[in-house]
Amino acid sequence: MAIEPVTAGRAARILGVAAAVTAAVALLTPLAGPASISLPKAFAGVWPDAQMFFGVRWPRTLLAMLCGGALGISGALFQALLRDPLATPYTLGVSSGASLGAVAAICLGLHSVAGLPGLWVSALGGAGAVLAIVLMVAAEGRRMSSFTLLLAGVTINSIVSSLIMLLHNLASVGQSFAIVHWLMGNIDPVDAGTLGWLAVLILPLSLGLCVLARQWNLMAVGEEWAASRGVSPQALLVGGYVAGSVLTAAVTAVTGPIGFVGLVVPHALRLRFGGDHRLLMPLSFLGGGAFLAICDTLARSLLAVEIPVSVVTALAGGPCFIALLRSRRRSLWL
Amino acid sequence: MNVRFELDRVGMRYGDAQVLSEVTLAFERPEMVALTGPNGAGKSTLLGIMAGLRGGHGGTCLLNGRAAGEWRRRDYARVVAFVPQSLKLDFPFTAEQVVLMGRTPYAGGLFESPGDWAAVRRAMEVTDTLAFRERDFRSLSGGERQRVVLASALAQEPRALLLDEPTTFLDLEHQVAIYALLRQLARDGLLVISVTHDLNLAAVYSDRVVALQRGRLVADAPPCDALSVERIRQIFGVEAEWLRRSDGKAWISYGN
Repeated sequence: MAIEPVTAGRAARILGVAAAVTAAVALLTPLAGPASISLPKAFAGVWPDAQMFFGVRWPRTLLAMLCGGALGISGALFQALLRDPLATPYTLGVSSGASLGAVAAICLGLHSVAGLPGLWVSALGGAGAVLAIVLMVAAEGRRMSSFTLLLAGVTINSIVSSLIMLLHNLASVGQSFAIVHWLMGNIDPVDAGTLGWLAVLILPLSLGLCVLARQWNLMAVGEEWAASRGVSPQALLVGGYVAGSVLTAAVTAVTGPIGFVGLVVPHALRLRFGGDHRLLMPLSFLGGGAFLAICDTLARSLLAVEIPVSVVTALAGGPCFIALLRSRRRSLWL
Repeated sequence: MNVRFELDRVGMRYGDAQVLSEVTLAFERPEMVALTGPNGAGKSTLLGIMAGLRGGHGGTCLLNGRAAGEWRRRDYARVVAFVPQSLKLDFPFTAEQVVLMGRTPYAGGLFESPGDWAAVRRAMEVTDTLAFRERDFRSLSGGERQRVVLASALAQEPRALLLDEPTTFLDLEHQVAIYALLRQLARDGLLVISVTHDLNLAAVYSDRVVALQRGRLVADAPPCDALSVERIRQIFGVEAEWLRRSDGKAWISYGN
């Protein structure tokens, strides 16, 4: 199947549709739930519809969208940087670092640090430490390449994962429950302030990544290819890794590791729209956001008890993705 | 604008291995150059240095009077284009998208200008790749891929084109077609430097042959001098003989 080139007009058309769909998801998913809400009443400020919509369910939808968007776009970014279609935001260890930090906070009973929730601070600290170590190891002695980055990231990822298991093993039963709950990943409601700082971090970074789309195209082909076309692969590799890691760390600190979004969303979009990052990056953000918001809605409304959203992303995303693959006449676009 | 490469005692070490030493050379006008020599002679390293892809070398390699490090990367990429031995893609880009990437050194924004599209069209016309511009690069044959990669380099509108064994994986017909195209590009004003192991392609299509052996420059002359029977024995360690075809053109036979 022929894929048309990405021109400004085509990009505007496709992104316009994607933004409209995402906005619709943002407005409709808060309506699902035990108590029914009327959208017109909510926007008219009628009690209790407005309070339930804007006070409870809408922030949760927005949180899911921000986190899903960040995971989607950093998945697309890491796949391009590592030239590995199976890369995810978690491949290079940053989320394991965040998890280790969170698990340590749970084990130490760290409730708050400087007025902020101890879990977040500790998770961000863990992610930052892993980020710094990976960069140091990857750059050791010679110039960094996607290969040394991958090697360093994967190695440190497994070291950190075993440290998590060690801590888990030493934890009490109560702590162990909290650890498992955290490691499953959950969209727990957060206050407006948290939502605000997440948005301030995620939106500009994601926009910046979209603006560099032509550079990611070059990096997705190869570092030498990029260098011979006038960009610095070193700078893009380091900058991209740091930006993607900050996105992933911020999300993981708040929600825990939520799998599958960063892998399946960019993949599905690439199947349909081709490899050009000028479409792929913004679409991965919008698509990841909409996907996670829908999955979270299913997670809290399918059964009487809330199920972990990671279970839903895999259970809903996996079969959809396989169906998408099978519907392609040509397996080439994998 | 013309293009001028001046290499003065260029050397390169990888660890303990001295892969290039004391190479002094100049390229001062559009011509077709074959860069040859046995495996490990330093050909690709030399080409990489000239393409601005390998730093940390000894001596100086100046493009129009300035070392690669003194250039803005995108300005360098507007003068010098590089074609690798082969290109493998992990993601679905169309042939046209691969060629479009050659316009990045001219990028003024997120999308290509009409001028960019015109350059891409010209490059795809010259390389005869327009017919499959909308196809996935990975679905193309080896010959088609290499022409697309060449088109991407030509879309950079360079003054010098450096190719690292561009025809290694190609069948005879495509080898000849690529070399005929490269020679035509040289006639039209491009400095073309191509690494090759095929002495006949070098002899027939190039104006000048540069040969390296164990990192040193051992020949720099027109094909008939650089590829004399003694030189071939000395550089490659094989016996060779110049023969004449029925149409009067010369070719080299080697081995027994």
